[in-house]
Amino acid sequence: MAFIQILSTWLIPITVAFILLYGTVKKVPTYEAFVEGGKEGIQIAFSLIPYLVGMLVSIAIFRASGALDYMMNGIKPLADAIGLPAEVVPLAMIRTISGTAALGMTTDLIATYGPDSFIGRLASTIQGSTETTLYVLTVYFGAVGIKKMGDALKVGILADILSFIVSFFIVLLVFGQ
Amino acid sequence: MVNFIWVLMALVGIIFAMFHGTMNMVNEAIFKSAKEAVTISIGMISILVFWLGLMRIAEEAGLLERLARFCKPFVRRLFPEVPPNHPALGYIVSNMIANMFGLGNAATPMGIKAMEELKKLNGHKDEASRSMVTFLAINTSSITLIPATVISIRMTYGSVSPGEIIGTTLVASTISTIGAVLIDRYYYWKHTRKGGKR
Repeated sequence: MAFIQILSTWLIPITVAFILLYGTVKKVPTYEAFVEGGKEGIQIAFSLIPYLVGMLVSIAIFRASGALDYMMNGIKPLADAIGLPAEVVPLAMIRTISGTAALGMTTDLIATYGPDSFIGRLASTIQGSTETTLYVLTVYFGAVGIKKMGDALKVGILADILSFIVSFFIVLLVFGQ
Repeated sequence: MVNFIWVLMALVGIIFAMFHGTMNMVNEAIFKSAKEAVTISIGMISILVFWLGLMRIAEEAGLLERLARFCKPFVRRLFPEVPPNHPALGYIVSNMIANMFGLGNAATPMGIKAMEELKKLNGHKDEASRSMVTFLAINTSSITLIPATVISIRMTYGSVSPGEIIGTTLVASTISTIGAVLIDRYYYWKHTRKGGKR
């Protein structure tokens, strides 16, 4: 645990130092290169705004109206049937749509049922092992102006579903109910 | 499909609100989330500028190319369309490494750069190429070595062993990433069989 903590604090500074040192050794005009690269960052951030506004507003309407909760309630009996704790189902669904909402739910589940409960462990594993597909899709494709996404959304959502199923079985296998 | 989902979420929400008396909440949510989206985008400037600046140094120093060459045997198979030693592979690998360590802040700028390079390879079309979809699939299922955020939440709530989920997370995310690539390949196969191109 201590090692992991040290690693996660040291990793970024060490990476920064390494790149700067490597660039200097290879005689790159480091500061000028940094500024040039950085300028791109500003453009990307601004071009992202419409994509994110569009997506987040739509998600917010869906959530605030109560339609999301309604939909999740409908799926609960199905989860019960296969032995999946119904409490985790909303998390599994929202993980694909909203990162902040998922983090809030995970925190809530851990707080309510305890971090070392089955639900706590399952929520932790789900939270850690997938990304917010809709967000990744919006940001990555939005930043470079991809309009036709092809199968990306389908593949992303199917991958998420697979991820939840796998998480459930692994946690069951390793920690038991 | 994204057009469909986007409109569907908004319309279903508004119609649902009509019948459940939640129109006030919807009204508030529209403006709050729009503001939040702008805040997120603007907030990303610092991270994007910093990492893209550093990555430019890494690129000019040839570091990305070395990284691409080092990971070639593995990444080449995932992205057969990308020429060997192309900077796109370097960005893809950096993005994957950052994701593995849970460094989302560092991963996003590199992922965007990778997409940009892949777009150049695709002749600047506004259509997602095969490699882009593969990259996205890997990203959404992201192999995770250290889920730092989750560990810190577990610590806050007094877990006996906050890090005990590292193993399950690693196995779950690895299996799901392999699954994601297989799903991606399946869709690609389905498309090519029909004679169409992505």
